[in-house]
Amino acid sequence: MAGINHAPPPFFKQGPAPLALLTFYVAISIALFVVDLRFRSLELIRQSISLVVDPVQRVAQTPGSLVDYAASYLQGMRALEKENYDLKHAQLNITPDLQRLAHLEVENERLRKLLAVKEREKAKGQVAQILYTARDPFSRRVVIDKGQQSGIVAGQPAIDEAGVVGQVTRVFPFSAEITLITDKDQAVPVQIVRSGQRSVVFGLGKGQLELRYMPANADVEVGDLLVTSGLDGVYLPGFPVAKVTNIERDSAYSFARIFCVPIAGVENFGELMVLDPRQTLPPAPPEATGRTGDSGTDNAVRVKKKRPARGN
Amino acid sequence: MQPTFTSSRILLPVRPWFIFLSLAGALLLNFLPTAHWPGVPDWVALVLCFWSVREFRRVGMGWAFVLGILMDVADGAVLGQHCFAYVLLAYTAASLSRRILWFPLAQQALQIMPLLLLCQVVQALMRLVVGADFPGWGYFIGPLVATLLWLPATFILLLPQYQPVEQDPNRPI
Repeated sequence: MAGINHAPPPFFKQGPAPLALLTFYVAISIALFVVDLRFRSLELIRQSISLVVDPVQRVAQTPGSLVDYAASYLQGMRALEKENYDLKHAQLNITPDLQRLAHLEVENERLRKLLAVKEREKAKGQVAQILYTARDPFSRRVVIDKGQQSGIVAGQPAIDEAGVVGQVTRVFPFSAEITLITDKDQAVPVQIVRSGQRSVVFGLGKGQLELRYMPANADVEVGDLLVTSGLDGVYLPGFPVAKVTNIERDSAYSFARIFCVPIAGVENFGELMVLDPRQTLPPAPPEATGRTGDSGTDNAVRVKKKRPARGN
Repeated sequence: MQPTFTSSRILLPVRPWFIFLSLAGALLLNFLPTAHWPGVPDWVALVLCFWSVREFRRVGMGWAFVLGILMDVADGAVLGQHCFAYVLLAYTAASLSRRILWFPLAQQALQIMPLLLLCQVVQALMRLVVGADFPGWGYFIGPLVATLLWLPATFILLLPQYQPVEQDPNRPI
């Protein structure tokens, strides 16, 4: 019986006082919080804990995915036939473009060589499956089934069949975490296809994006397509990102508020493609004083501004 | 009318492995894909709160901290977010345990509600202060559901401790 070795409560020896313990643990928690948030130097701890947690999490996700699998298995013959027909139709539709694409690429390469312009990078990548959305309700992230073992590194962009989905932000041994472009303040450098104007689009966290720092009289229209500009060294140029849905021009502010929706099925489950990291860009020329460009250079300037302040 | 100590009938001592098992079970429940549905409670917080109230000598802030860090990694949240909230929960639950256990179950649940709500509000505040996205009011429904679940949770988690039906007349306790 378990009752036999039931010891009486210890009257004098009770370990550290609860308040002392509370202070201790709270101090550690807050230290962890700040260090993880500001310095991001705890990835090793996170990775080692995830080695234990990740398998359990996958097991817990199994019933749901089994139901999904069963549902798709039991899907009617007709639905499959229709899908097959649609896919064939779509393929036939893009065939002329595709057939000419190879030709165009060769021609493009040759012309670029003639003009002595650097060759375009080719997009390569690996297909990954979305395992689940991260449980954290404060951010928009998904977890995919490929990690360090497949050579994924933090910073790689992820796309689906329609456009940019997000960026790998954390890598674990057997999985990786992708921050979606709709996550709050997740930035993607973009270019407006119609006007060629460059800007940066930020996530708003509600399945929407916002094109910031565009002057109130900027040449933007509802329905404009935004593609990656490729200036950041992360995203290859030309991938569709978002479409402008709403523009608020208020003369009281110097910037227009431009809202966009992502083109890719950003918050849907499915498969996506993680693109290989880009070749390293040539080193940036020295900063011109007093002029800031896109986000990348902007950051550098900010850092530079801070330094003298610290010295004082 | 004076409240009576009805809620605490004489129980068998708790088995440590059962505490461990229930906490692990709660963790598994939290990992289920149902976590995205609105109003699904934080099972770990509920079970942790229960054991902190019942057995604060066995389940204390150390457990809360470990569970918190596991939840942080599983969530993809900032490390320390769940740790802080769970440690706070375990501490307040333990310090209020002598008062809470004095009440009948329904009123216990009423006293547990602020604790669970605090756990959620603390996490939300921590993230909002550093500029995260507001998760919506559905985030705060979970603790209310967990409050309702206090009764079934008490019954299930105390099940192994109830006395056998056929009493031994030689050992009345």
